[in-house]
Amino acid sequence: MRREKPFADPYLAGVGLGLVLLAAYIVVGRGLGASGGFASVAAAATAVVEGPARAAQSPALAPYLTRGIASPLTDWLVLELIGVAIGGFVSAWLAGRSRLVVERGPNLGATSRIAAAVGGGMLMGLGAKLARGCTSGQALTGGALLAAGSWIFIATCFASAYVLAPMARRLWR
Amino acid sequence: MSAPLSETGVLGAAAVLASAPLIGFAFGWCLERGGLGSARKLTGQFYLTDLTVFKVMFSALVTAMLGAFWLDRIGVLDLGLVYLPETFVVPQAIGGLLFGAGFLVGGLCPGTACVAAASGKLDGLAVMAGMLLGIVSFNVSFDWIRPLFESTPLGAVTLTSLAGVSSAIGVLAITAAALVGFALAARIERARA
Repeated sequence: MRREKPFADPYLAGVGLGLVLLAAYIVVGRGLGASGGFASVAAAATAVVEGPARAAQSPALAPYLTRGIASPLTDWLVLELIGVAIGGFVSAWLAGRSRLVVERGPNLGATSRIAAAVGGGMLMGLGAKLARGCTSGQALTGGALLAAGSWIFIATCFASAYVLAPMARRLWR
Repeated sequence: MSAPLSETGVLGAAAVLASAPLIGFAFGWCLERGGLGSARKLTGQFYLTDLTVFKVMFSALVTAMLGAFWLDRIGVLDLGLVYLPETFVVPQAIGGLLFGAGFLVGGLCPGTACVAAASGKLDGLAVMAGMLLGIVSFNVSFDWIRPLFESTPLGAVTLTSLAGVSSAIGVLAITAAALVGFALAARIERARA
């Protein structure tokens, strides 16, 4: 097995990420996103289960179903997220960092880690829906445009994580 | 003004859609290169043992902010045509609190979970599954959540429009605050070394 290459300098990665965000403003007229792509897939999945006609009546789902169940295929954010996964994979693979693993704190079992990951994901799904975006769509994209709500999100997100961190020590330390 | 290309007619809908996987590829690449596909690295931010999240996030934010501001100034990018997320004070504050708790417990945010999963980390896949469950729970309880979700709307406002100052002052203040933050981060790292 190859040796893992070290990560890039965080400021270099950050400036690169900032230029990608700037490219999104220039090309698409809106920034990056992540939770919106998940929401689109979730809406289409619900439409499959409930039936498209009923889902189209739901005010929570209708905005994501402008092209019915096929909407995710033409959703910019969904296609962007597929790109994120491919870019992440290629970068990790070239650096010798791609392998099957459950990454977890030193005092946590793999099953507990997976349970915490699902639970944390659920909280983020709820939070991102309520806030109309996540770390990508609100914090980065709106933050760089000085959107007031994005900065409210940044402040409460970090405050919450820091206040709760001592209680979650067993997960990571 | 020729940008945003999607709004000024330079690029058609199909070309804009085709840009999505390319921009996404670069996004995922930068996140992975910076180490943000690793939950232990990300959560180090909350225990001040690894400040990568702060450094990557705020250097990205400042880069995009300065780029957008100056391209608008020199007439290349019309920021008036770039979508500005709307502000809803209370739901965004509560959403941020829930999201921060989920980030801490799950160890990855939605975008970085995709990167983690793509590089073989099963915890990243679990976060993605949890995200979908959380969104479905929101959708099925939407009637009940809706009054909160739609409360306290301020419209598409910025910090500087609310404060009644020019956006240049906001850009300057955030850049200065980020530089102070980067210096502090270096100090924290030295103190811990």
